[in-house]
Amino acid sequence: MNTKVKKSKAENPLINALVILACCCYLFPIYLILTNSFKSRAEMYENMMALPSKLSMKYYIRALDKMNFMISLRNSVIMTVFSIVMIVVLTSMTAWVLARSADRWSRFLFGVLVATMLIPFQTIMMPLMQEMNWIGQNLHIQMTDTLPGLMFMYIGFGAGMGVFLYHGFISSVPISLEEAATIDGCSTWGLFWKIVFPILKPTTMTVIILDVIWIWNDYLLPSLTLKSKMNRTIPISTAKFFGQYTISWNEAMAALVVTIIPVALFYLSCQKYIVKGVAAGAVKG
Amino acid sequence: MKIRKGWYALFTVPLMSIFVIVVIIPFIIGIGYSFVEWDGFAKHAATFVGLRNYAEVFRDQRFINAALRTTVFTAIAVLSVNFFGLVFSLIVTTKLKARNIVRTMLFVPYLIGGLILGYIWKSVFSEFFLSIGWGNWLTDPVKALAAMIIVTTWQLAGYVMIVYITGLMAIPDDVIEAAEVDGASYFQTLFQIRFPLLMPSFTICLFLALSNCFKVYDVNISLTGAGPSYQSEMFSLNIYNEIFEQSNFGYGQAKAIIFFLIIAVVTLLQVRATKKREVSL
Repeated sequence: MNTKVKKSKAENPLINALVILACCCYLFPIYLILTNSFKSRAEMYENMMALPSKLSMKYYIRALDKMNFMISLRNSVIMTVFSIVMIVVLTSMTAWVLARSADRWSRFLFGVLVATMLIPFQTIMMPLMQEMNWIGQNLHIQMTDTLPGLMFMYIGFGAGMGVFLYHGFISSVPISLEEAATIDGCSTWGLFWKIVFPILKPTTMTVIILDVIWIWNDYLLPSLTLKSKMNRTIPISTAKFFGQYTISWNEAMAALVVTIIPVALFYLSCQKYIVKGVAAGAVKG
Repeated sequence: MKIRKGWYALFTVPLMSIFVIVVIIPFIIGIGYSFVEWDGFAKHAATFVGLRNYAEVFRDQRFINAALRTTVFTAIAVLSVNFFGLVFSLIVTTKLKARNIVRTMLFVPYLIGGLILGYIWKSVFSEFFLSIGWGNWLTDPVKALAAMIIVTTWQLAGYVMIVYITGLMAIPDDVIEAAEVDGASYFQTLFQIRFPLLMPSFTICLFLALSNCFKVYDVNISLTGAGPSYQSEMFSLNIYNEIFEQSNFGYGQAKAIIFFLIIAVVTLLQVRATKKREVSL
């Protein structure tokens, strides 16, 4: 009886509609920037909550232009994709070797990688920049103000979490399959890429999702290294946009809507993986 | 299975060398920087001052205020993030038909980065609040702090909700049903069965919220920009400003080391508490 009452409550369209309405109120800030980005200034200050009377793209065109949005988008995509490919390849390789050779040295390396996850970025940002400038001056490898330099740093900062997640998963996979493949004459390289790496797919998804959320949105590290306009990522060009111009809120809101679009597309296209990945990453971290 | 030395090196050396360059070396030279006085110019020599930078921290009123403010902010934000996250997870794990849409909507803010979120809310707290006659919250120090807490809660509640959902789903239905048959009310099952079984999730979520809130930077920069007159400046931003705005590289780095020590101690205490609880369960 009790469960029946509950079920009918849960299926009541009115209650469902009310809950969805409450969630829409929760997302009110997004509604606010969306509607006002289409309005003229006069219309906006008349009533900020009202829907726009007509859809004017004027502010979008200006915002895209001032933010140099297409170039920032390209930079963000390149930086995120390449960093993550390298993080996945290098951390899975390292984690597998460390997990499968349980000597003292491997345990030491693993311990160091995990322990340094505690270090907040703010603690090493200044010495890191000094070191990168030093490398630029003395070894003539430009590390600051270049996207490859930034990717290099992301690989270093992503190492701890990547190895940690892969290590945990590999330790739970029985070794017998790998031993069988070795007896069949598989080389270590082939063994890893043909047998082990495919098994690691769930962890690979988790690492990708967590690193996309982190690298795509990261502001502090690129704000320290990227100086020239052509190298800006989306968070940097958004911050510059808000810092540089006396703010016209219509343009600013249009700019914000545009920056959310890639995130929304990413979320809609792999929602299942994102929720799973975030849960797995949080529980293990 | 034995992996030969050559393969071992090939698999680990690339990552480990990048890691050493990016994390280990800066960490070690960072400790060195904290004992010198230096203005950041390569031509100007750094002078060794021993522990003076660390002693000076206690006389720096702006820093002490930022540290205390961050502690208060963290305490309140951790509670509100977890309260809302837990309530959301309870709504989403009912038999409600709209639960998937609801979960999707509540999780969205977490995916938008802190910087962009701060700017979105800036339009709410300044322009929108002015337009409805509530005044600009960001020009008042107390309201600016409240705004920071609201935005952080909005950002992280959906995140911890995901962890709580995982925890709630792991509780077997028959336990709850048995209690209901025995006449337990909804709140009795909630407080006496679900919450105790949810302890591991509480520990994880408290930790996640704690470290995220204590390190807050992006929202601080974009929402309040430390204003009005540094009265909403948090720990991270204070370190940044000391080093890159005031050019006190050595002194700022000492603050950064203190920041690390606080986070390390709190995290280790947290891990120990988790371990203890795991044994007792």
